Amino acid sequence: MAFDAYVKREFKQVGTRVARPDGVDKVTGRALYGADMVAPGMLVGRVLRSPHAHARIVSIDTSEAAAMPGVKGIVTGRDFSVPKDEFLADVAVNCLAQDKALYDGHAIAAVAAINATVARDALKKIKVEYEVLPHVTDIDVAAKPDAPVVLEGRALETVPAGMGANVTHRCEFGHGDLEAGFAKADKIVERSFRTAATHQGYIEPHACLASFTTDGRADLWVCTQGHFYFRTLCSEMLGMEASQLKVTASEIGGGFGGKTTVYLEPVALMLSKKTGRPVKMVMTRDEVFRATGPTVSTSIDVKIGMTKDGRITAGWADMRYSGGAFQCLTCEMGAQAAFAAYDLEAVQTVGWNVMTNRPKEAAYRAPGAPQAIYAVESVVDELCQGLGLDPLEVRIKNAAKKGTKASYGPTFDDIGLLATLEAAKKHPHYTAPLAEGQARGLSCGFWFNFGGNTCVTMNVNTDGTVGIAEGNPDIGGSRASISLMAAEELGIPYEKVRTIIADTASLGYADTTDGSRVTFAVGIATINAARDAIRKMCKRAAMLWGIDEDAVEWKDGAAHPAGPNAGKFPPMSLADIAAKSFQTGGPIAGHYEVNADGAGVSFGVHLCDVEVDKETGATKVVRYTVFQDAGKAVHPDYVEGQMQGGAAQGIGWALNEEYIYGADGRLQNPGFLDYRIPVASDLPPIEAVILEIPNPGHPYGVRGVGETSIVPPLAAISNAISRSIGTRLQELPMSPPRVLKAIKGAA
Amino acid sequence: MSVTVSTTVNGDSVDFVCAPDETLLDALRGRLGLTGAKEGCGTGDCGACSVTLNGRLVCSCLVLAVEAEGQEIATVEGMAAGETLHPLQRAFIDHAALQCGICTPGILVAAKALLEKTPDPSDEEVRYWLAGNLCRCTGYDKIVRAVQAAAAEMRRA
Repeated sequence: MAFDAYVKREFKQVGTRVARPDGVDKVTGRALYGADMVAPGMLVGRVLRSPHAHARIVSIDTSEAAAMPGVKGIVTGRDFSVPKDEFLADVAVNCLAQDKALYDGHAIAAVAAINATVARDALKKIKVEYEVLPHVTDIDVAAKPDAPVVLEGRALETVPAGMGANVTHRCEFGHGDLEAGFAKADKIVERSFRTAATHQGYIEPHACLASFTTDGRADLWVCTQGHFYFRTLCSEMLGMEASQLKVTASEIGGGFGGKTTVYLEPVALMLSKKTGRPVKMVMTRDEVFRATGPTVSTSIDVKIGMTKDGRITAGWADMRYSGGAFQCLTCEMGAQAAFAAYDLEAVQTVGWNVMTNRPKEAAYRAPGAPQAIYAVESVVDELCQGLGLDPLEVRIKNAAKKGTKASYGPTFDDIGLLATLEAAKKHPHYTAPLAEGQARGLSCGFWFNFGGNTCVTMNVNTDGTVGIAEGNPDIGGSRASISLMAAEELGIPYEKVRTIIADTASLGYADTTDGSRVTFAVGIATINAARDAIRKMCKRAAMLWGIDEDAVEWKDGAAHPAGPNAGKFPPMSLADIAAKSFQTGGPIAGHYEVNADGAGVSFGVHLCDVEVDKETGATKVVRYTVFQDAGKAVHPDYVEGQMQGGAAQGIGWALNEEYIYGADGRLQNPGFLDYRIPVASDLPPIEAVILEIPNPGHPYGVRGVGETSIVPPLAAISNAISRSIGTRLQELPMSPPRVLKAIKGAA
Repeated sequence: MSVTVSTTVNGDSVDFVCAPDETLLDALRGRLGLTGAKEGCGTGDCGACSVTLNGRLVCSCLVLAVEAEGQEIATVEGMAAGETLHPLQRAFIDHAALQCGICTPGILVAAKALLEKTPDPSDEEVRYWLAGNLCRCTGYDKIVRAVQAAAAEMRRA
C-alpha cells in the first residue's frame, strides 16, 4: 500500500497531553542508556585515533600492547575485509582506517582489556608509523585542482571534466528560463555565504556492549536511532548472517541524526569475537567531536531577482558542501530544499560535494537544508530591505502552495506554508514594538519528511490491555504518540496501552528513526495493526453471538451488532473478547507492515528579536516564536518540544557553534567548553504555535515535525542582526568577534 | 593500589574499593551500580553527572571517589520517597520537560539544590542556575516551566 488516505474525524485521545510511558524511568534514573549496561566478564574497549589530519599508515605494531597484563585483544583495519559496496566500504573504513588516516581522530586500532585504565595504557604502547601527507580542511581550498587529494578516484560520473579530484558529485535541480526571469527583475542581489560544520551535540556519547559467542551468534546493546540498520551494517562487516546478530536499542540520549550510523559497534563485536568475552565501548566527548557527526561545511552563492512589488522573478544557487573525507550526497538535499518555500517560474540550483580531511558527515536534523535556506532567505531579506518591502508580505506573495511545481520537481499537494505565514502575520509578536537597540528577523523553513519501512505487532492481552511492539528507538516521546494513536483507534484508554521498542530478533525490519518518520509511518502501521486486531475481535464476537462477522461493527472500544438483522446483543468490549479469546480460537494480535509513502512536506516560519551588544559583538535573542504545520499534533507537548528544540539548536548554529580546525588540520575545540551549545541562560522562552493542516497521506493527517524547526533560525537570526547593526554577515556562526568586525567594517 | 572508601549515598552507608584516581562518577556508576548520574563530557561542562556532596551541587566527574570518604552523597536515585515522586520529578513528567532524558537526572539534582536555597526563583534565576546543565533536546523552555511549577507546589506544601 502506497498511500493511506486521511479521513476527517473527531479525536477523543489524540491531541491530549498525556504522561509519557518512559517518564518515571527517566526522572528516577532507572532508564538504561547505552553506557548503563553491564555483562558478566565484561571487558572494556578503547580506540586509538590518528593525531594527523592526513597520513599514510606505514605500519602498526601491536606486539608490546598485546603483551601487557590485562590486555585481551587488539583489532586494526586488517581484521575487517572491506565490503565491495562503496557506501558500505566507506562506513567500514570510517570505523577503522585501512591504509590512510583521513582526518584528525580517525580510528586506527582498538584494544579490549580488563578495565579502562589498562585499555588506555595499552593504546600508548601501540606503535603506528605514519607518513604524514598534505591535508586540506577548508572547502574552497579543497575544491581547487591543485589541492591535496583526500582520496583518489571517488568522483561520480556527474562531475564534469577538469574539476579537482576532491570534487566527487554534482547535481542540478530547477525549471524555467533563468535569463528571462532575471531580465524581469527590478533588483538582483547576488551574495556568497559560508557556514561552519556543526555537531549534533547529543549529551550521551556513543556507547555499546557487544557479546559474541563461539557458535557464531552475537548480541549488541547500543544507543542508536536504528538498530535494524545497525544490524545490517554490522553483520555485513562481520561477515555474519543478520539473523545471528540480535541488536537491542537502549534508551537513547539524543541523536538528531548523529546516531544513524556505526562507529564503535563493529569494532566492539570484533573485539568480543576475538576475546570470547563481552566488550563494552563508550566514547569520550573528545572522541565524539573528533570522529562522529558533524554536518557538512558549506560555501554557497545565491542570486535572486525581484520586482519592485516583491515578486521573485528568478532564483539561482550554486552550493558546495563538504561531507568530510568521503563521498557525501547531502548536497542533493540542500539543492532541493533551497527554494522549496517559493512558487517560482525560473529556478536553478546546483549542488557539489567536495572532500576534505574532516570526519565523515552524519545526518543532523534536516541534513543539508539549514545551510541552503539560510543563504536563500538572507538574499530574500536583503532584497526586501533594498526595495523597502515587508519581509513577511513578500514571503506570502511568493509562497509555494497546493499546485506549485516545487523547485526540486514534484507538484505540492496540501501544504501549510501560507497558513503558517498568515499565523505569523496575525501573531502579536510580529507587530510588537521593539525596544531601543532591538531588531526583528524572520525566515521560512522546509523539510521533505520521510515514511519508509515499518512493522508493528499489537497483542491484545487477556486482561483487556494492549501491548505494541514497534521497531523505532524513541528520541522524543514517540512511545506516547504511538500509544495514543492505538488507544484512539481501538477506543480504549491510553493507560491500557503499552508500547515497547522490540529488538531485531522480535519484529520485522524498521527503517531508522530519521526523516521525521516515526509518528507518521509507525502511526500508519499502528492504526492499521489496530484495524487488523479489530477485524479479528469482531470475528470472535460474531462467533460468540452466533452471527455473521459482517454483522459486527467496532465502536467505542467494543463490538456491536450492526444492522437490523444482526440480533440484539449488548456490546462486547475489547476486555470481554480478550478474556474469552482462548475459547474462541486463541490469542488475538493485530499486525501490519508497510513501506509508507505520502509523508507530506513540512513548512515552518520563525520570528525572532535580537539585541546586539555593539561593544562586544555578542547577540542576545530576546524573543522567539516558532510557527509550524504539524498536520495533526498527536501529542502537542512533544510537537512543541520538537519545535523548541530545533529552534534552540538552530540558534546555537547561528551564533556560536563551529568546528574550528588549526593550520595543522587538527580540531581545536573538541569539548563542550569550546564548542559552546546554548545553555539555559542564553535563550529566551521559545513560543511554539502549532498549525494543523492535515496531511492527505496519513489516516489522522499527521506530518513529521522533528526536522523543519532547525532550518529557519540561521537566517531568522542573521536577518535580525543585519537590521540591528546595519550590515549583513555572510558567514556562520555569527560569533561575537565576527559581529564586532562587521560593525567596525560598516562604521 | 586501591583505596577503601566509606561514605553515605542517599542515606545508606556504603563501602567500596577504588583506584585513587577514580572519579566519584565512575565509583557511583561502576562500583555501586547507580547509573542515574551520566557522563556526558567528563570535564565538568555538561552537568549530566550532577550530584550533591554534603548538600553542595557538584559535577561528580570532577570529584575523586576518595573525596567521598565520610561525606554524604545524594543522587537522582534518592529523590523519590518510595513510590512517591519528588514534586520536581512529577513536574518534569507533567510538563514534558524531557525528551531523550539523558540530562534529566542532573537537571533534577541541580534544580532540587536551587529550590532548597531559593524556594521562589525568578525565571532568570532558574536559567542561570541551570546554565551548567546542558540539554540538547528541549530548548529549556519546558524545563524552566516545570521547575517553576514544582517550586510553586513545594511552597504550598
